[in-house]
Amino acid sequence: MRFDTPAGQNPIDGQAIVGRPHRRVDGALKVTGTAPYAYERHDAAIDPTYGWIVGATIARGRVTRIDAAAARAAPGVLAVLTTLEHDPAPPGFRTTLHLFGGAEVRHYHQSVALVVAETFEEARSAAHLLRIDYESEPVRCDLAAEAPRAEPAADRDSPDYPVVDRIGDAEAALAAAPVTLDETYTTPDQTHAMMEPHATTAAWRDGKLTIWTSAQVVSWHRNSLAQSLGIAKEDLRLNAPFIGGGFGSKLIMRSDALLAALGARAVGRPCKVALQRPLIANNGTRRAGTIQRIRLGATRDGRLAAVSHHSLNGNLAGAFAEAAIAPTRLLYGASNRDLSMTLATLDLAEGNDMRAPGEAPGLMALEIAMDEMAERLGLDPVAFRIWNDTQVDPRKPQRRFSERHLVECLEVGAERFGWARRNPVPASVGDDRWLVGMGMAAGFRQNLLMPSGARVRLEQDGRLSIETDMTDIGTGSYTILAQTAAEMMGLPIEAVTVRLGDSDYPEAAGSGGQFGANNATSGLYAACTALRTSVAARLGFNAEDAAFADGMVTVGSRSLPLLDAVKAGPLTAEDRITYGDLDKEFVQATFGAQFAEVAVNRFTGEMRLRRMLAVIDAGRVLNPLTARSQVIGAMTMGVGSALMEALVVDTRHGFFINHDLGGYEVPVHADIPHLDVVFLDHPDPVSSPMKAKGIGEIGLCGAAAAVANAVYNATGIRVRDYPVTLDKLLDGLPRTA
Amino acid sequence: MSVPPSPKIDRRAVVTAAAVAAAGMPSMSGAQAAGSKGSVAVSLTVNGEHRRLDFDSRVTLLDALREHLHLTGTKKGCDHGHCGACTVLVNGIRINACLSLAAMHEGDEITTVEGLGRSDALHPMQAAFIEHDAFQCGYCTPGQICSAVAVLAEVAAGVPSHATGDLTAPMMLDNGELRERMSGNICRCGAYSNIADAVADVAGRP
Repeated sequence: MRFDTPAGQNPIDGQAIVGRPHRRVDGALKVTGTAPYAYERHDAAIDPTYGWIVGATIARGRVTRIDAAAARAAPGVLAVLTTLEHDPAPPGFRTTLHLFGGAEVRHYHQSVALVVAETFEEARSAAHLLRIDYESEPVRCDLAAEAPRAEPAADRDSPDYPVVDRIGDAEAALAAAPVTLDETYTTPDQTHAMMEPHATTAAWRDGKLTIWTSAQVVSWHRNSLAQSLGIAKEDLRLNAPFIGGGFGSKLIMRSDALLAALGARAVGRPCKVALQRPLIANNGTRRAGTIQRIRLGATRDGRLAAVSHHSLNGNLAGAFAEAAIAPTRLLYGASNRDLSMTLATLDLAEGNDMRAPGEAPGLMALEIAMDEMAERLGLDPVAFRIWNDTQVDPRKPQRRFSERHLVECLEVGAERFGWARRNPVPASVGDDRWLVGMGMAAGFRQNLLMPSGARVRLEQDGRLSIETDMTDIGTGSYTILAQTAAEMMGLPIEAVTVRLGDSDYPEAAGSGGQFGANNATSGLYAACTALRTSVAARLGFNAEDAAFADGMVTVGSRSLPLLDAVKAGPLTAEDRITYGDLDKEFVQATFGAQFAEVAVNRFTGEMRLRRMLAVIDAGRVLNPLTARSQVIGAMTMGVGSALMEALVVDTRHGFFINHDLGGYEVPVHADIPHLDVVFLDHPDPVSSPMKAKGIGEIGLCGAAAAVANAVYNATGIRVRDYPVTLDKLLDGLPRTA
Repeated sequence: MSVPPSPKIDRRAVVTAAAVAAAGMPSMSGAQAAGSKGSVAVSLTVNGEHRRLDFDSRVTLLDALREHLHLTGTKKGCDHGHCGACTVLVNGIRINACLSLAAMHEGDEITTVEGLGRSDALHPMQAAFIEHDAFQCGYCTPGQICSAVAVLAEVAAGVPSHATGDLTAPMMLDNGELRERMSGNICRCGAYSNIADAVADVAGRP
């Protein structure tokens, strides 16, 4: 099904099942611990061997020698694979790294060996017997120090934008503007810290490989691994039915998959490999830190005349820039604009996708800048944003947004949160122990369209099965796909079985960039439309006129049981959704408004989030229960970005020193109060037949800035260097006796 | 609801356990591998079932459950006591199974998430997690549920926490207590707000 004209009335609009809160269909498996994750396939991979990954202990240079004799002789050891004995594996999709093979070391904890043994304990033990010699080169790992050597960088995901994106004359407009701002903001490197480490079980049989792995996008992993191994992708089957979180870290294949496959091939038995937690931050990918300079110019009445946003970040040579300027392109109107990025070379783990790449760090900066500018103008920050809303792409004013309700988000949020009670004078609310402040920020994230396929089969007993290589990384894919099929076929959700994450199934969008839900359900919509046609043909109906509800197919006054259509045998249908140019004709995006109240201890600077609200405009909400979970989870990650999360670079050795879940702090229960979410009801017919849009990332966008702005309102101390930790407040807090 | 036996916190036992677990860290096990492979026989009860097993002495309780008994409901998130995904109940007290060697559990009664309830007979805490959508990816969930069950037992037994104000007053599971006591279980999907609702829901039932 090609979607190239906006959707009219369609079966999803009935919303008998779609759009309603439905408990997760895979919930019982998860709460009883019976959902099988990648390292847990005792059912499928019998008598597995265990692999232990050894990471490089230099950041840049060469491995000159690996003495594996003692490790190979250790009890239980079956094989030791060293990087010197393998050719460099070609980089996979969306990465520039050789995951294994060759002498060159490009970042700390790069995989340089795999020890395979009968047991986990034997593999771990023998790994410590390896003697590895290196030749080190000087490391480049301090972004500010490398800034003079940074080069202009394009946006890999939006290549149509000029590298230096200028509209009007920003310099002249800034010079002429009566009210201006020129500030620099920094965001740190971050790590995904998903709960399930990268993990793979691999088994070869007759030259064909099966892997059970933790992958957000099955086809991307499969293609990358097949290429790395030099086998046809048809000879590689990938299973990823359950994924213990990803947040972008599992968008691309990592070394666990490659090494499990190589290890299994070396020992002629299944091999299990999990990337040990202390390796993940340096061996895996990161959200790249940024240094962003933002300049704003406005008229006295608060109309933005100029926006200049420059972002510097660093990555491995040949890798990509974190597109922190992305939200600035489309969030506010201003006729003079100057947006650009530069990229320095850093010998750190590859900067790559993490939840809301570009938008998340960009809005951390931009939305503090907007708060500061509102104060300079003497305007309320909510009103200032409403005043500068745009309904068109500032670069192409004839290009409108499909649906854009940012103003409504802001207004509803202000009303619900009690924003009118905020005292705009900082450090003026509280008691003898706590200073209390409110802050807000706007959120923006693009809606991405991707082809996605599915197969459906209606059995003679009335059960409907769905097969697609779509994944559920906690997002609720199982549930919204079941809801979609039930709605389309007029069946109860209990009649639907959803099977995901198997490369034998039709290729789907996968999970990432908040593109999963809308595209995967649209692909299923297409497959169900084909099945409805087959059903109607068997029943002698015209499919276009048929209504499917409560197990009956009805045209006018004629009504027949759906099951009559499968008396002659089960019916199968397969289709995929593809898209025309509607995303070029219209800007498709999601919007949010975030509000936070923070208390800051007058004496210690300790910060406590007291309450938080997000108002979200993301098209049709397919399941308000699981969608709310996406948003509160993203808000929680935003609180982490605001107050604690930072990978700290050891500039002597060139690695992230806090590379585990003890050193890299993420929010815990005690940090997070009850969170409130409001969804606006604006289905978007331009987005897809589901009229839905992305929901997995918009809740993160603006969340950190709202918290940071609340800290400012509480204390009067403006921190422009994330995370906002108490050491950055102490000097500015009121003196005490 | 079913509540595990009252916890009897023995600080000395906890300290000893931590020391033995530390001795099993990789730097020591290298020497062990070069010598004879230590094996120990352990008898323990897991989810009501008596098990007698011969373990490599380096096997953690977590890997004994996951790799030897194939009880993979207990998760390995970090393998060194930071994340809480491996939380199980040992004689009714919650511990991080990754920080404890299996050999230390002679005679112990272990309860994992599989022992709390099954899909067709859910523990009230498991049912509440589904009802409140208190999880997303599901990987921390078994640990959260085991912790939550133990938290209710701790409060019932009057075991104080960092957040407890008046140590002489009857102990209540208020919001501060709940969030403090659950803070050893990280959920990166960020379901905390819903987990708190689920646990409070179960705690509030008669």
